[in-house]
Amino acid sequence: MAVEPSPAVLEIRDLRIEAKSSDSWSEIVRGVSLSLRKGEVLGLVGESGAGKSTVGLAALGYLRPGARASGGSVRLLDTELLAIPEEERRRLRGTKVAYVAQSAQAAFNPVHRLMDQITMVAVDRGGLSRAEAEKRAVALFTALQLPDPQHFGARYPHQVSGGQLQRAMVAMAMICNPALIVFDEPTTALDVTTQVEVLISIRKVIEEFGVAAIYITHDLAVVAQIAHRVAVLRYGEVVEEAPIASIMDHPEHPYTQSLWAVHEMPANDPAAEGASAAALLSIERLGARFGTFEVLSDIDLRIGRGETVALVGESGSGKSTLGRVIAGLKAPSGGRALFDGAALPPKLRQRPLDLLRRIQIIYQSADTALNPRQTVRAIVGRPLALYQGLRGAAREKRLIELLRMVELDESHAERLPGQLSGGQKQRVAIARALAAGPELIICDEITSALDKVVQADVLRMMIGLKERLGVSYLFITHDIEVVRAIADRVVVMQHGRIVEQGEKDRVFAPPHEPYTERLLASVPDMAVGWLDRIIAARVA
Amino acid sequence: MNRTSHPILSMVASRVGLGLLSLLIVSLVIFFSVSLLPGSYASAILGQNATPEAVAALETRLGLDQPAIWRYLSWLAAAATGDLGQSFAGRPVMAVLGPRLLNTITLASITAVIAVPLAITLGVICARFRGRFIDRFLSTSTLASISLPEFFVAYLMMMIFAVKLQWFPSMAGIRNSMDLGEQLYRMVLPILTLLLVILAHMIRNTRAAILSVMSSPYVEMARLKGESEGRVVTRQALPNAIGPIASVVALNLAYLISGVVVIEVVFVYPGVGQAMIDAVRNRDVPVIQACALIFATAYIGFNLLADIVSIVSNPRLLHPR
Repeated sequence: MAVEPSPAVLEIRDLRIEAKSSDSWSEIVRGVSLSLRKGEVLGLVGESGAGKSTVGLAALGYLRPGARASGGSVRLLDTELLAIPEEERRRLRGTKVAYVAQSAQAAFNPVHRLMDQITMVAVDRGGLSRAEAEKRAVALFTALQLPDPQHFGARYPHQVSGGQLQRAMVAMAMICNPALIVFDEPTTALDVTTQVEVLISIRKVIEEFGVAAIYITHDLAVVAQIAHRVAVLRYGEVVEEAPIASIMDHPEHPYTQSLWAVHEMPANDPAAEGASAAALLSIERLGARFGTFEVLSDIDLRIGRGETVALVGESGSGKSTLGRVIAGLKAPSGGRALFDGAALPPKLRQRPLDLLRRIQIIYQSADTALNPRQTVRAIVGRPLALYQGLRGAAREKRLIELLRMVELDESHAERLPGQLSGGQKQRVAIARALAAGPELIICDEITSALDKVVQADVLRMMIGLKERLGVSYLFITHDIEVVRAIADRVVVMQHGRIVEQGEKDRVFAPPHEPYTERLLASVPDMAVGWLDRIIAARVA
Repeated sequence: MNRTSHPILSMVASRVGLGLLSLLIVSLVIFFSVSLLPGSYASAILGQNATPEAVAALETRLGLDQPAIWRYLSWLAAAATGDLGQSFAGRPVMAVLGPRLLNTITLASITAVIAVPLAITLGVICARFRGRFIDRFLSTSTLASISLPEFFVAYLMMMIFAVKLQWFPSMAGIRNSMDLGEQLYRMVLPILTLLLVILAHMIRNTRAAILSVMSSPYVEMARLKGESEGRVVTRQALPNAIGPIASVVALNLAYLISGVVVIEVVFVYPGVGQAMIDAVRNRDVPVIQACALIFATAYIGFNLLADIVSIVSNPRLLHPR
């Protein structure tokens, strides 16, 4: 991946962007400078809110509503984007510089066929006839390894899978052969197994067509596979910029080092007594269906006291449904469940209050799981009153204990969820679950929506809480890193069935079941060259 | 794709079925609520001084001595074939209402043909230039025209165009003997009034429906592809707003059939509305029933149509996986 010196495609100098919050303007991009040559890929990493997308969009001369450029320059080829009228900037978009969004599902218009959306810019402004544009699209579909490239474009967005749609968006960006493409977290919404396919396709077209690219991501392992250089953004500033190999091996800035450290979270020692501990929950031959569609079949599962069982699999594999069945939110269609030796009634309504107390659930998105109009005190206080019968001073005392347990303090009790950060919100959701005094907590992707740094803190806290309180976790996740960090045992699901389960060390050590093998092999290594090896292995 | 089991067909069929069911329920309400009124049909026709024998004889002739459910079924069966029975004045209801219905449909159709495309165009323009002068002007004036009662708008039109300017006649009493040009000339003011009333609703709802999809990621994507703002609105947003637009259009079209009563009275236009007012005044129950049934059919029919349009405009349903 050598880059020969050539004139800059993009030159950003001391860019400053302000965003309007309530009545005042505050700077969200503070003097960013970047430059890109032909065929070069620049990784832009950082946590959410660091200003990655804002900088990426500025490369298209585009500012989101409520934002304005207050200084600096953005030079694309020979054009100063901030100096020309919007109408001229508009004409460059799609033809000279293109954008690939995070969620292709949302970024494609549901009412138009893929071919129409992909070829539109080329026909309108790219100077191609419809037939020529379609021919080029088919060539791109082939290069992107989409199935049945001749007829792929005739479909509507909802008729193709998420990974295919993401590749179709890459084709849409490439249609006019732009000089620069901005990839904004293009694989974040995908499963690991799908992510590999999309990464391979993106790498292939970047190299084949020699386009320059900005690749925005928060996943360092991904950026290591794609980028030549990496710029680390924090609070709207570039804290470090270096070639990929050197920044992976020797991150210099303390913030970069902390990002890197998070990625190498130590694996926990599986509870030694995990296997021998008394069973808290045991499930036999459980099934569930939506209408006639079988989402779960033949599930056998056992969770011991004080044990963490990680449930992994792709989206749609039935992990969350299994969690909901155990929590009583969805009735199973068959099978048997024992909780602490007694039959677990299938429906929520049939479960006595004390049983509800003993099984709690925490959701992926604390944003939607917490009532935005209730204070933290009301949110956490409610289960204290309902399950523990605590009133007045006793409840307040317990409330503060719980907030401390999740590393918040009494000053947070008065706040509304909207006044908390993403990580704090999830901590409140955890405190609410703990307030009931549960024995089993179902954690449904509770760290997926969080940044890596916050995620690591929350995971450490969860491990600590388990040791102190002796609760069991059913930890639903698609992130193998998380599994390594927290699980005692691992259950792998695919198409509503369990394909493998066992002690973590055994499941993660070869030989694997074929699906587990594919899942593990799809997780990018935190090292340059991992994708090259995957590609080489496929060619061989 | 298997044509026979296309999900859209079964969805449309079930909507049509539901529409027919609601129509059936409405017909039950119309039929039996009239029998709740004090006094019987026959004594109402014959007046207070009728002998019991005469009342009984008329009841037998009209079939009123039959059980209610039987009468309902035969009324319904007849109505389904277009026979809405006899008015108290002795003429078939359809003979009374038929020409009137035709007049109302003419008035409504002309209004609709002008109003629907105009409203959608203006709504699109408002959405495209949101916050600008044209949007504010239309928003304010449509709000004003919604707030004013329709009869007031009617009199306002009359005062301006008939009294002051003397461009159009204030009375829209058209007759078959008039030629088409003359009839249209007389219909100008009622049409103008109706336009003002229904345009406002449709413009505002079209604008709102489009703006609600303008924050979708695919709209931002289109801008990032360099599409012009006008095309973003017409090509990206509008097709996704068809469903809600269709339902407000349907409501307004149904209003054109049933809600024009006041307008027809003000302009003395010989439509169904006028006929209904006359029937109410004369307690001509079969005619009232017939009007109610016609209005209900229009409402249910247009809403059914809107449902079908929004099903068909959804690509997920039209092109299943």
